[in-house]
Amino acid sequence: MEIIKARKLKYEYLKYDDNGQACERQTAVENVDLDIRPGQFISILGHNGSGKSTLAKHMNALLLPTEGTIWVDGMDTAVEPELWKIRQKAGMVFQNPDNQIIGTVVEEDVGFGPENLGIPTEGIWSRVNKSLEAVGMTAFRHRSPNKLSGGQKQRVAIAGVMAMQPKCIIMDEPTAMLDPNGRKEVLEAVHELNRREGITVILITHYMEEVIDSDRVFVMDHGHVVMQGTPREIFSRVEELKAYRLDVPQVTLLAYELKKAGIRLPDGILTTKELVDALCH
Amino acid sequence: MSLKLEHVTYTYNPGTAYETHALKDVSLEIPQGQFVGVIGHTGSGKSTLIQHFNGLMRPTSGVVSYDNEDIWQEGYSLKRLRSRVGLVFQYPEHQLFEADVLSDVCFGPKNQGLSQEEARERARTALKQVGLKEKYYDSSPFELSGGQKRRVAIAGVLAMEPEVLILDEPTAGLDPKGRDEILDQIAWLHEERKISVLLVSHSMEDVARYVERILVMNQGKKVFDGRPKEVFSHYKELEAMGLAAPQITYIMHALRENGLPTDLSAITVEEAKCSILKALGRGEK
Repeated sequence: MEIIKARKLKYEYLKYDDNGQACERQTAVENVDLDIRPGQFISILGHNGSGKSTLAKHMNALLLPTEGTIWVDGMDTAVEPELWKIRQKAGMVFQNPDNQIIGTVVEEDVGFGPENLGIPTEGIWSRVNKSLEAVGMTAFRHRSPNKLSGGQKQRVAIAGVMAMQPKCIIMDEPTAMLDPNGRKEVLEAVHELNRREGITVILITHYMEEVIDSDRVFVMDHGHVVMQGTPREIFSRVEELKAYRLDVPQVTLLAYELKKAGIRLPDGILTTKELVDALCH
Repeated sequence: MSLKLEHVTYTYNPGTAYETHALKDVSLEIPQGQFVGVIGHTGSGKSTLIQHFNGLMRPTSGVVSYDNEDIWQEGYSLKRLRSRVGLVFQYPEHQLFEADVLSDVCFGPKNQGLSQEEARERARTALKQVGLKEKYYDSSPFELSGGQKRRVAIAGVLAMEPEVLILDEPTAGLDPKGRDEILDQIAWLHEERKISVLLVSHSMEDVARYVERILVMNQGKKVFDGRPKEVFSHYKELEAMGLAAPQITYIMHALRENGLPTDLSAITVEEAKCSILKALGRGEK
């Protein structure tokens, strides 16, 4: 069974006038079908305003579809009693770590989720231990989150979600505010969770390099899924991506330019190693 | 009209257990008209540094001067300095507050004492310079997209006609096209109006493409200061500081190690392409 499945998903934002009457409808997501299997690492690309975040907010019922249906682990998000169960299955991490951390000590922050689920104390501690371990933040457990770097804070935020033992974690531009090292730390932590714990990951990002290790990439434009495939399939279509205000990793762009200049190279080169192999051997 | 720091040190909470040196003995000069990139990991002192340039922070010791005048001497007008040295903070769109775009951009020039008419003229010019279409001038800034809001916020600083423009990560959170558009616009302003630009960025690729000089900050100290090619040739040291070189640098090194005589100083896709084509004998492979 799919962990996330959507059929003909549509969402409209309503604009209200001064009297509180709905005066305008704006479609943010339209006609989206999704089939995401457990354990997959999915990336979603799209320009600002393409509908990525709106779609992501449907995956843990922060938004409910205007039309169509989305199921999380088999549960229809529009069915009220399922709401809390859905949010336990699908956790969300946002862009700004400072908006998501509430505890004054790292381990307390991570324990906030399971405590709210009514887990007995010992259970909370074992979850906190496990989650901090999983993101490599055990050494910082007694620290104040304020004193951490951006990448470390974001890993604490991820541990906070992990402590709820979700099946799926949705990350909306988790690296946008981080420096290169912070970006690397967070990405490594997330891939590790995906590999070791089998957590399904849905990563929304503007950094093309972060996408190359995904199982599948979705590209959104004007609320529609306009491209989908493996990273190699997607990044082979350089001109199309540019038309959607996107880009390709620098190594892919370089290979593409060399190819245009007459060098024989395969399509969709994604890593330095692939380019070296193709050029030097 | 150069900006100058001489032996500037800034200490948070001096004399307490929490004493930290955010800047340590930093000296540098930025001549009028330069396009400078500032890189460093989070907490390296970049933001503290740029806030010294327009007098938002006062050095614990050392001298900050603009146009050969010490900005902390008696009687110096910091207000005037701040309209000559414009600072665009990170996520500047969070500072938009007016009911419509044009009024928001007018806020700066009006505070400089310009008349309503002059302020509106300045605002229009600034909005044109950041490439925002005229049909949005009467819209609420809150109805615009992320990239458009960012432009309005930058226009708000440009409308004061600064001689130096400092931008703290102006492209954070923008899509690739939006990133390129904003940076192209800034490069154009730099060319056209001959203003100095200081660009704080986490993207080595962006810095490599646009700036003529890079300052690298680490633990409150200026550790490198030079042309991009020079600075990025220290990529091993940069990595040790939590930074990196542009991806192209790594590709060029990998190709060289595998027997292709590439130019190791290439830092942009264009340079790399030329170098590889040359190494392959103009691509007759």
